[in-house]
Amino acid sequence: MFIAYGLGALAALVSARKSLGRGLVALGAIAGAGAGLALGATVIVTGVPFTLFVPELLPLGGGLALRLDSLGAFFLVVIGVGAIPAALYGAGYTAVYEDGRASLRLLGMMFNLFLLTMSLVTLADNVLTFLLMWEGMSLTSFFLVMTEAGEERTRNAGLWYIGMTHAGLVMLLAAFLLLTGGTGSGAFADLRSIAPSLTPAVRDIVFLLAFLGFGSKAGIVPLHVWLPRAHPAAPSHVSALMSGVMIKMGVYGLLRLTLDLLGGGPAWWGGLVLAVGVVSALLGVLYALMEHDLKRLLAFHSVENIGIILIGIGAGLMFHRYGLMPLAALGFIGGLYHVLNHATFKGLLFLGAGSVLHATHTCNMEEMGGLIKRMPWTALFFLIGAAAISALPPLNGFASEWLVFQSLLGGVNIPVPEVVVVMPVAVGLLALTSGLAAACFVKAFGITFLALPRSSEAAHAHESPFSMQCGMGLLAVACIGLGVAPFAVVPVLGGILAGLGGLPDTRAEFTYSVFLQTPGVFGQMSPTLLALGLLFLLGVVPSVMWLLRLNYRRRLSDSWGCGRVGQTARMEYTATAFAEPLKRVFAEIYRPMRELTVDFHPGSKYFVQSIEYRSEITPWFDQSLYRPFLESATFVAQQVRRLQAGSLHLYLLYIAVVLTLLLVVARWF
Amino acid sequence: MLLSKFIRTGLVTEPLNGDPARNVELAHETRAEIRRHLGRALAIREVDAGSCNGCEIEISGLTSPVYDSERFGIHFVASPRHADMLLVTGPVTRNMEVPLLKTYEATPAPKLVVAVGDCAKHCGVFKGSYAVIGSVADVIPVDAFVTGCPPEPAEILQGILAALGRLPQKK
Amino acid sequence: MEYVLEVSQAVFALALAPLVVGFVRWLKARMQNRRGAPPWQPYFELVKLFGKEVVVSQQASWLFRCVPYIVFASTLTVTFLVPFFFVPGPLDRVGDLLAVVYLLLLGTFFLALAGLDPGTAFGGMGSSREMTVAAIAEPTIAVAIFSLALGAGSTNLGRIVTQALGNPATAISPGHLLAFAALFIVALAETGRLPVDNPATHLELTMIHEAMILEYSGRYLALIEWAAALKFMIFLALLANLFVPWGVATDITPVALAVALIALLLKLGLLSLLIAIIETRVAKLRLFRVPELLGVSFVLALLAVTSSFLLR
Repeated sequence: MFIAYGLGALAALVSARKSLGRGLVALGAIAGAGAGLALGATVIVTGVPFTLFVPELLPLGGGLALRLDSLGAFFLVVIGVGAIPAALYGAGYTAVYEDGRASLRLLGMMFNLFLLTMSLVTLADNVLTFLLMWEGMSLTSFFLVMTEAGEERTRNAGLWYIGMTHAGLVMLLAAFLLLTGGTGSGAFADLRSIAPSLTPAVRDIVFLLAFLGFGSKAGIVPLHVWLPRAHPAAPSHVSALMSGVMIKMGVYGLLRLTLDLLGGGPAWWGGLVLAVGVVSALLGVLYALMEHDLKRLLAFHSVENIGIILIGIGAGLMFHRYGLMPLAALGFIGGLYHVLNHATFKGLLFLGAGSVLHATHTCNMEEMGGLIKRMPWTALFFLIGAAAISALPPLNGFASEWLVFQSLLGGVNIPVPEVVVVMPVAVGLLALTSGLAAACFVKAFGITFLALPRSSEAAHAHESPFSMQCGMGLLAVACIGLGVAPFAVVPVLGGILAGLGGLPDTRAEFTYSVFLQTPGVFGQMSPTLLALGLLFLLGVVPSVMWLLRLNYRRRLSDSWGCGRVGQTARMEYTATAFAEPLKRVFAEIYRPMRELTVDFHPGSKYFVQSIEYRSEITPWFDQSLYRPFLESATFVAQQVRRLQAGSLHLYLLYIAVVLTLLLVVARWF
Repeated sequence: MLLSKFIRTGLVTEPLNGDPARNVELAHETRAEIRRHLGRALAIREVDAGSCNGCEIEISGLTSPVYDSERFGIHFVASPRHADMLLVTGPVTRNMEVPLLKTYEATPAPKLVVAVGDCAKHCGVFKGSYAVIGSVADVIPVDAFVTGCPPEPAEILQGILAALGRLPQKK
Repeated sequence: MEYVLEVSQAVFALALAPLVVGFVRWLKARMQNRRGAPPWQPYFELVKLFGKEVVVSQQASWLFRCVPYIVFASTLTVTFLVPFFFVPGPLDRVGDLLAVVYLLLLGTFFLALAGLDPGTAFGGMGSSREMTVAAIAEPTIAVAIFSLALGAGSTNLGRIVTQALGNPATAISPGHLLAFAALFIVALAETGRLPVDNPATHLELTMIHEAMILEYSGRYLALIEWAAALKFMIFLALLANLFVPWGVATDITPVALAVALIALLLKLGLLSLLIAIIETRVAKLRLFRVPELLGVSFVLALLAVTSSFLLR
């Protein structure tokens, strides 16, 4: 695996401009991802962890310790599933950078290094290795985000991203330091054994710090602000990877720390995760609805889906605390399954958005339309992705959301009444987000692909190159497969969870031939049979109609527009108009800024010369949370700047003062 | 309260009677397949090609409890794509010529056209106006005419049924 | 044997759906003191539509032609999962109440896309409004499912009905009644009935469901109208059999099935009467008042869950 990634990186350095270079980069990435996939699958199937210990490499922190257990293997498989189609897609997509707009060498090298460090995060068995690989992942992704550094928006995005990811790193550092508890050893095995001896207060602080740190990487609200900036700025296959796979590393870290190292905790941990998950899901989808930039919309949707994953994990943590192990496994399985599903359908959607960007050179939905006729395959794949993310049966989003719902419904078994009364609210809000997500994707797919083109670029769009279509096709097949055959995935997940934090092996509880069932047989469902039934009926109805000779006489005509002459793109619904009823319904959350300027004729105020209407929605986190913070930070920095007067004598004075102070301190203590 | 009101009032629908030959003119014999196809369920799209709205008010009386076109299976629809029959009123003005043609084209076959009112038949009082192109039959093929200015709802109903071939024709 | 019954149950529902819609229309006509069309009028309309020409817009794509089949197939799949006559059906384990809700959402999703496809403003408006109403109705359905599942210990439809048949006390509990009220409001919203949407309007600016299908004609329109009638019947059957389950056969004997048939027809008739009265009495709500109505139903559903839990 290392060799493959390393080769890919080197190849990128060597030959970047030619298509051979791009192909080699992709090949390296695919080979590496494939190797990782194979490794992860082997570990999951055999159950035997893979270890590699190189103490000489990083002697201060205990060496480079790598150990792949089932949980890490699952996330490694997720990386592989996301990376292979993205790399394939990238081989064709990066051709657009050959004109020198961005450095292909840097892109290729960083791409492979990104995948390498991300895979090593799942393998890390040691605090230093983990943090090193984490930082490597962040840095390489920063370079990837800054690929098109010529644009102001990209530079801004990169700045936000690097700032927030380093803030997260600081919190993780603090969390791990507290966890080591002064023993000096960073190996995860040691941490696991000393965790029970830590005081509850320390455990709580560790949990909070870890939650904030991993959460900022995952994109929980309100730490999500880098997501809508960074994901659209990066090249599309990188966005697909970042959104589909990298933010899951946050979930991996959280699971590893909370369940594995700390062994579970008080119920409010699970409650906090659940609450934050619900808020993230709802706010993510609400802001996604108002976006008309396709990639920003998808980025906000990632926030929503992370919210759903955290709902599952939060529910699992809560059940774990109360000893309801099968239900805990249900919650975690729902969350983990959604991790895998999100990687597939979000990757697919981002790749589709990239194809649209590639063809029309714009991400603004208001300028698209009619692409279904010019880019039929992209449209089909995007439709599959959109249906999957809206949790429509029989695709994979439905299977995992069903599991998350069932885990919330199982909440009635918790012996604390206050918690149980709040569960229905969570159920209702989860249903609301899934309904709103469906509305959002009707808008995204409908405005982008259907009806008439709204600009000349859209009218002249071309279908994507073959490699890009292959990448998308692979993920579409994965979406369908994961949706139709959850009975193959769920027991595997049950096996992964066995042994973590005291969870028993729940493989047997969850499947019953082609049916998915929950513990205690609370609910049963078979997406496979549903899919078969749907397909059968889809075939039967036209056949019956054909037999009855009902399918004749079709005539083409114009759309009915009350008899008007001609139809232009100006008569269609726009994205903003589509989302307008929902904007009004949720106006309290959005607080849209509305500005209406009316110019009157100088002669009389009964004649209007022009009317200008502007409506903007800025997420209120930016206003009320980040702006004061940034302003105060800038203020403090400016005060500190006074120290840098520029005079050499002053600096020498500083050095002398500090040295004297240090000597005094060292003497007296 | 609602219950008592409608029990007290009872059914007010009047049976359809009157001499259809007075106001209804069929342009040609009703085809047998029309009667078979559309005889039991008819969807009508009403098009105002430039009338004074007098005929519209009479047509709107068709769905009232007294005349009740629905008992014959007739209902009004919004889109010509859903319609089987176009009920056209008024002389065809310049601006409504193309919309009328487009409406006719948007209606799926088999379709019927009934022209209601004197204006629809021979431009009525607007004959010779600079804004009027001609009668409805000059623009689209018409299957039945209902004359009158305006014709009564009962007569319009008889015209519709005659076009469907559901009324015995007294010649 | 059971599978044959299951299939015949679905076929029966398919055949009966237009009659239910026609019956509501007939009741409304009588309440307006006019004779109205006979209750079996929708059958004539469907037969007529199947015989008509199909006019397709040039701006529409292959999606426009596929959607009627998708909507019809998804709604028909749901009829296999809903218990009309007897429980537990052999296909009861294939899908539970959540699966039913999402299958119906599948139909709505594609219908909304078909509204956007021809590029008309009315279609877009219909799609936008339909998705808004569907999204805001979702929480109520989910929480109502929660309250039903709480009482029955399962989300599978057959189990819920069997459970309710087993202890009649749960059927009259406040939780159930509140859930019935909540689901009734949602049924009105989802099937496009007053006060949310007027099925008989011809003013495009007041349409929600109709606006999406303005472009459809001929057999496509017939399929979509039939699917809408089927959805209406499914909601009524769910309201009837989940909350008032007496009459549903638990064993497959001719007598029990006959009783179930009569009971179902009676329940459907009563619900149709209720809906006809509401539609005659109430005016259509302005679109931006609909979320308030659905919010009321959400609160009712929350109360239903809380009371079911507290009285367990």
